[in-house]
Amino acid sequence: MLSKQEKELIIEIWTRLTPVADRIGAEALLRMFTSYPGTKTYFSHLDITPRSAHLLSHGQKIFLALAEGSKDIANLMTTLAPLQTYHAYQLRIQPSNFKLFSHCMIVTLACFMGDRFTPSLHAAMDKYLSAFSAVLGEKFR
Amino acid sequence: MVEWTATERTHIEAIWSKIDIDVCGPLALQRCLIVYPWTQRYFGSFGDLSTDAAIVGNPKVANHGVVALTGLRTALDHMDDIKATYATLSVLHSEKLHVDPDNFRLLCDCLTIVVAGKMGKTLRPEMQAAWQKYLSAVVSALGRQYH
Repeated sequence: MLSKQEKELIIEIWTRLTPVADRIGAEALLRMFTSYPGTKTYFSHLDITPRSAHLLSHGQKIFLALAEGSKDIANLMTTLAPLQTYHAYQLRIQPSNFKLFSHCMIVTLACFMGDRFTPSLHAAMDKYLSAFSAVLGEKFR
Repeated sequence: MVEWTATERTHIEAIWSKIDIDVCGPLALQRCLIVYPWTQRYFGSFGDLSTDAAIVGNPKVANHGVVALTGLRTALDHMDDIKATYATLSVLHSEKLHVDPDNFRLLCDCLTIVVAGKMGKTLRPEMQAAWQKYLSAVVSALGRQYH
């Protein structure tokens, strides 16, 4: 459950970081591939080496989806409907991987923000990413 | 037994060398209690945990953070025998403290975030991977004696 304050904080962070969306997204993906090599199996069609164009563009895509979702958290089911269908029926990613990506996104944000990634911001972000992942996995079965 | 490459050992030692246990221990436990509030269930005798500020200012939380992080560091000197090293602590957490072992992972994730905040981009992805492998091995050993 996100408080009004937490929702505002989340929107503010995603908005502030949008200029470096590709870098943050790519780093989160790279951390996930490095710590959890099984996640690479979904990307055999892309060049996911560090700093590759594919990694940056895919990282940006994911970041922008997370940023977009944050603007209206109450309506994630509507905002994410197309992505839900895509992940469930076409990508068919094992949903437990969403948790791994969320963790690596949080590590990336902590590295980027240092002390400014406070426990309360961490809590808000963790809750948001959990909610996002849960909605994304809704159509799997 | 967990197999470690020389590179992994180097990464893990490098990260521990950056950790001040007296600083990071409290930060990690505070973060765990704030981000995952249900973990507060094990600290009923610690006094006021009702707000983030109370948790951060709580001396018992700080002390216990040091105890927990010291315990997590023990494996560094016993990398080839982690399971046996934590057997007694595992029994303690199971039989006496009755801690759900899934919570060990949450504390370790919070520790990783504290380390990430301190190291910034010097915590390279491959270092994070080795560090998380270390913490997983300790978490697994701590859960071993539960039955």
